[in-house]
Amino acid sequence: MSAATDTVGIEQLAVDLRTKRTWRSTKSQIMVGLMLLSFVIILIPLVAVIGTVVSKGAGIVFRDFPAWFTKSIPVRTRAAGPGMGPAIIGTLLITGLASALAIPLGILGAVYLHEYGRQSRPARIVRFLANVMTGVPSIVMGLFVYVIFTLRFGLSGLGGALALACLMLPVVIRSTEEMLRLVPEHLREASYALGTRKARTIVSVVLPTALPGVVSGCLLAVARAAGETAPLLFTIGLVTKTNTNVFSGPNTSLSAQIFRNAGEVLPAPQERGWGAAFTLVAITFLFTIFARVVTSAYQKRR
Amino acid sequence: MTVINPPIPSDQGPSDLATGLQGSGGHADKAFRGTAYAAGGLVLVVLGLITYTMVNRSTDAWSHMGLDFFTSRTWNPPERVYGILSYIFGTVYTACIALCLSVPLSLGIALFITQVAPRVVKRTMTYVIDLLAVVPSVVFGLWGVLVLAPNIKGFYKWLSTTFDGWPVLGSIFGPNWQGRSFFTAGIILAVMITPIIVSLSREVIETTPQIEKEAALALGATRWEMIRGAVLPHSKGGIVGAVMLGLGRAMGETIAVALVIGSATGQIGFNVLASGNSMPAVITAEWGEADGLKKSALIAMAVTLFAMTIFVNVVATAVVNRSMKKSRGA
Repeated sequence: MSAATDTVGIEQLAVDLRTKRTWRSTKSQIMVGLMLLSFVIILIPLVAVIGTVVSKGAGIVFRDFPAWFTKSIPVRTRAAGPGMGPAIIGTLLITGLASALAIPLGILGAVYLHEYGRQSRPARIVRFLANVMTGVPSIVMGLFVYVIFTLRFGLSGLGGALALACLMLPVVIRSTEEMLRLVPEHLREASYALGTRKARTIVSVVLPTALPGVVSGCLLAVARAAGETAPLLFTIGLVTKTNTNVFSGPNTSLSAQIFRNAGEVLPAPQERGWGAAFTLVAITFLFTIFARVVTSAYQKRR
Repeated sequence: MTVINPPIPSDQGPSDLATGLQGSGGHADKAFRGTAYAAGGLVLVVLGLITYTMVNRSTDAWSHMGLDFFTSRTWNPPERVYGILSYIFGTVYTACIALCLSVPLSLGIALFITQVAPRVVKRTMTYVIDLLAVVPSVVFGLWGVLVLAPNIKGFYKWLSTTFDGWPVLGSIFGPNWQGRSFFTAGIILAVMITPIIVSLSREVIETTPQIEKEAALALGATRWEMIRGAVLPHSKGGIVGAVMLGLGRAMGETIAVALVIGSATGQIGFNVLASGNSMPAVITAEWGEADGLKKSALIAMAVTLFAMTIFVNVVATAVVNRSMKKSRGA
């Protein structure tokens, strides 16, 4: 047996294995081909959606340039003409307010989970529920805020911001905790060794170290929130004039305008829908790209 | 849970030691700690409030309809009859169509990214998939209703006529095809949940120990055999969890579905090409003109949806956690 192997020569055997096309190696290649194919298939809708939004929307946004961003929305949906200014301002204000609520609380929640609670029972419950909370449908959040807030205080940007904040909170908690986990334990120990208190250590050692990752996670959450529609429908109402007061009076957002115009049959509102979609996609992509830049700068530094 | 950093029991770490050493500044420390605890507790509070207030608000509808709320397919607000069976069906059915389309694709992509792609390609593909996750659902809806639905009719007609008379496929691709249908909604949902399933299963797949993969290759396995023999058995649980999280997301998706599902009441049937409706879509569409009892019924529908998605998510999270723990412990 071993004599036979010797005469064939081990190298030749190895070469044989590599060059010979068996059914097994062909099958492996077919499966890899299918995997690549599935990536190509998912590219089709992505390219189609973004392509349509850019080709139909960009022209409308830039046709009469400043008007799209400054003018009010036509009161009659059928009327032609530009104007998405109130929705752009509404989206930025509401998303901004939601971020101001959810990001600090989310980061603090993550600090609790990773710096204080760790693997204790309450922390594990909170971690589990935060995971579950990411799955709460956005429309349920919207109705929830409607029930506890809008019924009492009326339609306002704040209601929308509360709903968005509830959606963002678990996302921020999860991504921040992931980042805190990456902070080396010895940094904390070094800080304690200098006699620094725990709160001080977290604020001036742990969080700055994790900052780029935390920022990129938060930006992704903001981008996601900016595109939400369902929670806003019940909480902010619909207006055609700019309302810069987020705390009172109905407001509007790009996503709500897209939804409103998507159901229309006439070309004028449909055009406005595409224009709004282009503006919204541009805003969310800007946030995402910014998040990417921050993350890659972070990775390079490490 | 398992011993991760054995030297220091994490709760009485060096921090408490430090507190003991210093005299001043303890208040700030305690205040910060209290705030962090409160923020952690906020998750509990919000989830509790959602459950309490929503159930509370929907009692009118529950007591008015009783069990018929779930078992009747008649939704007739002027007659004060609210049965949501067909909407539950629509929600689950579109989500299942989405899974059928998305799971093979997501697995293929996740395996390609983790096992086949060289580093640079891997990063680019991850970016592209993440990009898909950032496109707002209302934009998918807009594209679905204005571009996909009108243009896919020809394909539906072809499906419907080709499979006419076949045993199972004949009823799945039945007559009465519509541009806005269960299947269109399923396609849009599939595109939306694919990035979620990909990123979660990628995480799980990446925990496969290198040594197991190398062992398979050393035994002469081809790449596919290595994946089947080492990677898939290792990450099976996590992938199941990832798929379930995708299912939960698909059931809760509102705006895109509302635009493309066709809003047909009472539709229960396996014809994927027919129009139907789903719970979130009905809530969105009918909220505007709802009065007291109808509002209560719509909130009751939201409670049902909430319960269903929470159930799916709890099971999924538990499955993912367990498989992650197993793979970390190993």
